[in-house]
Amino acid sequence: MNLRERIAASPFWPMLWKEFVQMRRDRLTLAIMVMVPAMQLVLFGYGIRTEVRHLPLMVVDESRSAESRSLVAALENSGTFRVVGTLPDRAAASNAIARGRASAAVIVPPDYARSIKRRTTATAQVIVDAADPTSSSAALSGAAMAGSALSLDLIGAHGVVIVPPLDVRVLPLYNPALRTEVFIVPGIVGVLLTLTMIVISSLAIVRERERGTLEQLIVTPIGKTSLMLGKLLPFVLVGYVQMSVVLLLGRVLFDVPLRGSLPLLYLITFGFITASLGIGLLISTLVRTQGQAMQLGLFFMLPNILLSGFMFPLAAMPAPIRALSRTIPLTYYLQVLRGILLKNVGLSALWPQAAALLGFAALTISLSVWRFSRTTE
Amino acid sequence: MTDDGLGAAVYTSALRRQFGERVAVAGLDLTIHRGEVFGLLGPNGSGKTTTIRMLCGLLAPTSGSATVAGLDVRTQPHAIRKVIGYMSQKFGLYDDLTVAENLRFYASVYGLRGAVRDERMREQFDLLELTPRRAQLAGTLSGGWKQKLALACATSHKPQVLFLDEPTAGVDPAARRSFWQIIYALSAQGTTVLVTTHYMDEAGRCQRLAFLSRGDLIALGTPDEVPRQFGQATIEDVFIELQRRDEGATA
Repeated sequence: MNLRERIAASPFWPMLWKEFVQMRRDRLTLAIMVMVPAMQLVLFGYGIRTEVRHLPLMVVDESRSAESRSLVAALENSGTFRVVGTLPDRAAASNAIARGRASAAVIVPPDYARSIKRRTTATAQVIVDAADPTSSSAALSGAAMAGSALSLDLIGAHGVVIVPPLDVRVLPLYNPALRTEVFIVPGIVGVLLTLTMIVISSLAIVRERERGTLEQLIVTPIGKTSLMLGKLLPFVLVGYVQMSVVLLLGRVLFDVPLRGSLPLLYLITFGFITASLGIGLLISTLVRTQGQAMQLGLFFMLPNILLSGFMFPLAAMPAPIRALSRTIPLTYYLQVLRGILLKNVGLSALWPQAAALLGFAALTISLSVWRFSRTTE
Repeated sequence: MTDDGLGAAVYTSALRRQFGERVAVAGLDLTIHRGEVFGLLGPNGSGKTTTIRMLCGLLAPTSGSATVAGLDVRTQPHAIRKVIGYMSQKFGLYDDLTVAENLRFYASVYGLRGAVRDERMREQFDLLELTPRRAQLAGTLSGGWKQKLALACATSHKPQVLFLDEPTAGVDPAARRSFWQIIYALSAQGTTVLVTTHYMDEAGRCQRLAFLSRGDLIALGTPDEVPRQFGQATIEDVFIELQRRDEGATA
């Protein structure tokens, strides 16, 4: 038999054919695989906001003056706060924050207006619910900026002209409007892709085991590699369809830019999809039932979301955790997605990530084949 | 018959399998001739299924040796898979594929392609009277039809040795009878059949029987000889006697 005949006679082809027939018959799963990511994209794309605005603010105004009202107005105009009510004293303000009716309160003491008129330093206090660091740091900087802007206004009103000795300007590249969705939507592509790929492939082998067809397959001449590749390849196609749907919706609904080369993105995505499928396959060789596969899959998914840089910047993580995040394929893929979509970066910059993803794919799939031979003999 | 068993369809020598401390098969010596319909009998846990699984390459023997169609189960498992058929009580069918798709899949896995495969499928559908059900999903078949389809899938490549592990469990008597007619037809074509069963009428249809009890071979012969070796009238009496001994030993 020559090579061509041997390839044609490989049991890989019937395996691939069978998987496609089964997939075509299972329309519901296919629909879920496309519709659920679309719904989640809409949900997360609109829902996740890291820039904090309109924190509920309580006002305790013991000065009751034009000056105190202009301070409250300055806080509200910053956009960070939204006045939700007034309270008689500090104790009532603390209470309101404790019960979650407000995230912050501004306390203006009785001598506030008098101090301004006397040109001594007037003091007002903003107390902040710092249990949530994201909103409290926004409140802190919002209050500080409103305060210093108002100070400059007052100095100007006193007839003094100040030329600031220092002016540091920040130029935001790639996402000048600082829209969260520009950052989040490419991340959602990666997260959804890895979650669904891990789930479907972890169930694939286990389902055959539970139905008793795996045992039947093992007594046929089909090799482990044909078996696994025949199972995985149709899922690669599903992954590409899913990714395209999410990218398209991200473009239409959220105006996420596609600055770089799409063919390059699709090319590198192959490594990521196969790496995710490989993880799922590895899971399926470690468990006996579909329930166990789901549980173990869940265990793999949380680090994917929390440590990959999807939500929380890698730069903020301590070194050991950053090292851990380097063992997650999604970490590399997010850099690829954001690099290509937002920054128009090419392969010359992204080849380490592409190589890492292919490495993960080769590692997980060969580990699965090895594990599989040990669990069946 | 040579002692190395190369001429035999199945040959085992001191074949043993343990699961931890538990001995499932305790050094089995067995020779099954080509074309024979051979029955493996014994109560639950006597080692029938473990023996079949070792011969099919699903389980590695702890010690001893075995050949199937002259091939060593330890060193030539891949070659063995091409010349054997295996059917268990689980049938191993895909419920979401049609009858024709199931058969087409297994025939292709065994290397049949194109016109050769289609011709073989037609032949099997005729033999098993499956033609009218070609387009039906396998999951909607009754037990008897599933069993026939499973047999078709396990024999599409005309195996030299066919292993049937309780193939008729949960199938009605009429379907069992027609199933056995097919077994004889395969045997007449030269296929060796090794079958395990709980049904005494089926045991009587085998040319030779081996009785296993707690992993040991305790009787071997034709369906007429075996009861005489135990001083019993029928195979069923032997079976009940063995089960009684087993329960006495565990109690």
